Amino acid sequence: MTGLEISAIHARFGRHEVLRGVDLAVAPGETLVLFGPSGAGKTVLLRAIAGLEPGALGQVVIDGQDVSARGPEARNIGMAFQNFALYPHMSARDNIASPLVARGLPADEIATRVVEIAQLLRIGHVLSHPPRALSNGQKQRTALARALVGRPRVLLLDDPLRNVDAKLRYEMRLELPRLLRESQAATLYVTQDYREAMALGDRVAVLRAGRIEQCDASETVYDWPATAAVARLFGDPPVNLLACRPVADPAGLRAEAAGFRLVLDASAEAAGKACLLGLRPETLSLAAAGPDAARLEVIATTPLHERLVVLLRAGDGTEIVASLLGAAPAPGAHVHVAADAAAALLFDAASGARIPARRVMAGIAA
Amino acid sequence: MALHKLLRAAALTLVLLFFLFPIFWIVVMSFQTNEEILRLPPSLVFRPTLANYTALISGHLQTASGILDITFLHNLWNSILLSTCSVLLALVLGVPAAYAFARFRFRLGEDIAFTMLSFRFAPPLLVLLPLSLYFQDLGLNDTYIGLIWIYQLICLPLILWIVRGYFEDASPDIEYAYRIDGHSWWRAFTRIAIPLAGPGIAAAGLLSFIFAWNNFVFALILASADKQPVTVGALAFVTASGIQYGQIAAAIVLSILPTLALALYAQRWLVEGLSLGAVKG
Repeated sequence: MTGLEISAIHARFGRHEVLRGVDLAVAPGETLVLFGPSGAGKTVLLRAIAGLEPGALGQVVIDGQDVSARGPEARNIGMAFQNFALYPHMSARDNIASPLVARGLPADEIATRVVEIAQLLRIGHVLSHPPRALSNGQKQRTALARALVGRPRVLLLDDPLRNVDAKLRYEMRLELPRLLRESQAATLYVTQDYREAMALGDRVAVLRAGRIEQCDASETVYDWPATAAVARLFGDPPVNLLACRPVADPAGLRAEAAGFRLVLDASAEAAGKACLLGLRPETLSLAAAGPDAARLEVIATTPLHERLVVLLRAGDGTEIVASLLGAAPAPGAHVHVAADAAAALLFDAASGARIPARRVMAGIAA
Repeated sequence: MALHKLLRAAALTLVLLFFLFPIFWIVVMSFQTNEEILRLPPSLVFRPTLANYTALISGHLQTASGILDITFLHNLWNSILLSTCSVLLALVLGVPAAYAFARFRFRLGEDIAFTMLSFRFAPPLLVLLPLSLYFQDLGLNDTYIGLIWIYQLICLPLILWIVRGYFEDASPDIEYAYRIDGHSWWRAFTRIAIPLAGPGIAAAGLLSFIFAWNNFVFALILASADKQPVTVGALAFVTASGIQYGQIAAAIVLSILPTLALALYAQRWLVEGLSLGAVKG
């Protein structure tokens, strides 16, 4: 197959195993977001693919060719580093030209292609500047231009928007998908920001503790996370995970936690087992008092976009975060909150794995 | 405000006077005859003479007990040759070694680096006797090669440890990026790592040049007259008919000049902070 294919990538630093067998395949023109908490091994994985991690084991195949034994200069890769890694003693122009110079292209072709990519990234006017004279946004675009200019088969982007300001990050989120599609490279994009993952990724691979925990379309990762850990990582504000012990019900399983009462159409195997009920903050809404709504005390509120993030506390002390529409309830007040049972998630507390729940029924009075 | 400035100027003058007075006095002495120098009380009023310099350059010293041959210019040439060659050799050996110590962790790495450093604080006299015996056996006694080799004890540790720090300060990502661009390891080393450590290499080279230049005891023991540098050559001014203070002063002035010129030239390298602004701090 064309594109990038890696299998059984292992890496360890001393006794610490950073990567424990990672397999991934990325098609040309596809963007796979590598998502995970810090320390999960995302950067190490990128470096292993680039050939910068001499201790890494496993196979890296680019465009059908096994490049595992080749040095980084012979893999036809473009990479953008989190810290930009521009050459401080060269102008932006020479920085961008570097991959073309390495390929030994004629000077006039190099000049044309550098100007071309610089105009695409809107840094044409600063090409003669040294990196220290560039703003963070311009540095980041220069680094991107350098990664793209050689038309590599594989593009590795290590959290390139991390060190730029919020406005630019927003702009780049809109621009990058088109750029990446046009490059026709197999792109691996590292980020810790789930919104960025949603915006850029055709697919999202969640890396945790050195393993790929889930690799799916971004909506699938959000709606149906494979494990409680993925659910907690992927979403902001994070999912509420409430301990519960579901009981068998004619319609599936009945789960009760923190005053919520939901009937889930889930595998009856989980009945009686310790489970975690996952409720996304945005699936909670204010409701009239009723047996299926939890009565919660408002602790604090903070606005987020058009929504309002509210910290609530149940009678048993459990804290719950809800993302609500409408007017802010006053702190100290008690409100009734209902959960959308169709979007509720159920996880096995011991293994963390999600208990399959294809169809969920609305909460009904017990 | 004015008082503040005045005090500042006064303090500066004091400091400068303190540090520069010996140099000033030596320059003055180099234009005086021995009689004027030894006059009590000393005076700044005298008829300047170039006799000291002419004696050094012509190689003939007129003393009370006759004409004495001196080889000062040859000593100066020896100093330049020995210091330059040993610094160049130490750079060729030390810069790649410093890079290896900065970038790679290997078995006994720290021990080797520290052993190199220990050459700097071991007293030279400790190794001189065995060294001179070995040198006699090896036929290296009284050769330029032998002296340059021994001068590595001075230059190499300095260069290794100073340059290593500069390599460590530069983000390895910059070199990685260059290699991913398609450049070989060697090109990444010569085009990225060395230019980024440039100020450090210049500083270390200059410093080790000065240390090599000022070395006395190695050359005194391991070389005979025609291979000796100025530091040892200056002993010739202690003659049977007295110490030739005027010539010593002139010799000092002449022997400071090369290091001074080098320091002035290297200054622009030392102040240039190349790695600023390249990597997000």
